[in-house]
Amino acid sequence: MNELLYVYAVTRPFEGGVPAAATGVGGLPARPVEHNGLVAVVSDVRAEDFEEAPLRERLEDLEWLAATARAHESVVRAVIAVTGAVPLRLATVCRGESGVRRLLDEGNHRFTTNLDRLEGRVEWGVKLYAEPDPEPDRAPATAPAPAPGQQTHGGEGAASPGRDYLRRRLRSRQSREKSWAHADALARRLHTELSRCADGQRLHRPQSGQLARASGVNVLNAAFLVRREESDAFVGQVERLTPRDAGVRVELTGPWAPYSFADLSDPPDAPPPSHQDEQEAHEGRAGT
Amino acid sequence: MTTATGRYPSPYDSGGGTDLADILERVLDKGIVIAGDIRINLLDIELLTIKLRLIVASVDKAKEMGIDWWEHDPALSSGARSRELEERNAELERRVAELQALSSPSGQEPAGGRAATAEHDRRERDAS
Repeated sequence: MNELLYVYAVTRPFEGGVPAAATGVGGLPARPVEHNGLVAVVSDVRAEDFEEAPLRERLEDLEWLAATARAHESVVRAVIAVTGAVPLRLATVCRGESGVRRLLDEGNHRFTTNLDRLEGRVEWGVKLYAEPDPEPDRAPATAPAPAPGQQTHGGEGAASPGRDYLRRRLRSRQSREKSWAHADALARRLHTELSRCADGQRLHRPQSGQLARASGVNVLNAAFLVRREESDAFVGQVERLTPRDAGVRVELTGPWAPYSFADLSDPPDAPPPSHQDEQEAHEGRAGT
Repeated sequence: MTTATGRYPSPYDSGGGTDLADILERVLDKGIVIAGDIRINLLDIELLTIKLRLIVASVDKAKEMGIDWWEHDPALSSGARSRELEERNAELERRVAELQALSSPSGQEPAGGRAATAEHDRRERDAS
């Protein structure tokens, strides 16, 4: 038994099996491999994609990577619809079920700690985009020249085109500064208020507009760990905090498996864990 | 905006609509890292995410900004972002200086501050 198995996530034993909708990387269905009180959700993958050498090449292929990432996420999503799970990083591959069992043994403590800590919780992503007014130089249309009819009246406008220009620039600059300050204040408010109704939060690096396909400047990219039963309230809170005015945009994604919160208490090369982590670790062991 | 309902909230945006950036951010950067039997150097994955940003960003950005686009892309370095902040800062400082100049007309004692006092002294010296 040396076929390659791709491991998506680890759970506690659960009823009903992996949902049929969970089609894995490469199109084969995902299935559970149970061992020693833990379940690895896996699917068979082809050696010509996932042996070391080809995998390294494949990872350079954006289309392949995108499809693999989407398949990985869709299996994880299907699993968290039926049970709590800790997701693994993309492209964790074992040789046969014996390899999967070895992985579960090696990571037993980490898996149980994380499963206990993250039990009943999901991740919501909240991003804030600022869409400040365009630069005045690049958008002359926002500062229209006086209509021909007006010019015949003479007066101040015609007498001081330079002053008008400076005034327009000042207004534009002020409005841009205002919208930056507005976005900054909103980002802080969102983060503070939402952290209050979450069990944890993590800030991600703001995304580039290109990769994210989104317009505007991503000023906040946060993940929140929320109890499942409190998810409705959380989503409601995001809606309440979302302003209706132009200049900013709030984007909510989820519920995700708690990707951003996995392994936070027990990283491999971290300094000694805090008391809280120790307590959680003890609870984890006591639970098994 | 959709509101999730039920004990297990339904995915906010299921299927292919979910942004690739959001997915990659999680499946490449987050989640439990544990070595399987096929060893992928984690450094390779780190490099990969950086390369990815380059690849995806270059399609649009290269058109806009030409060959040196990466020097200005906020996704690649915090440099662009901090440059932007520096510019805003300098702009604000200029405006503060302008406003100070306006609000302390000549003849009136400048409102404290060693620099202002020194300037005042110098002016008096020059005048004498």
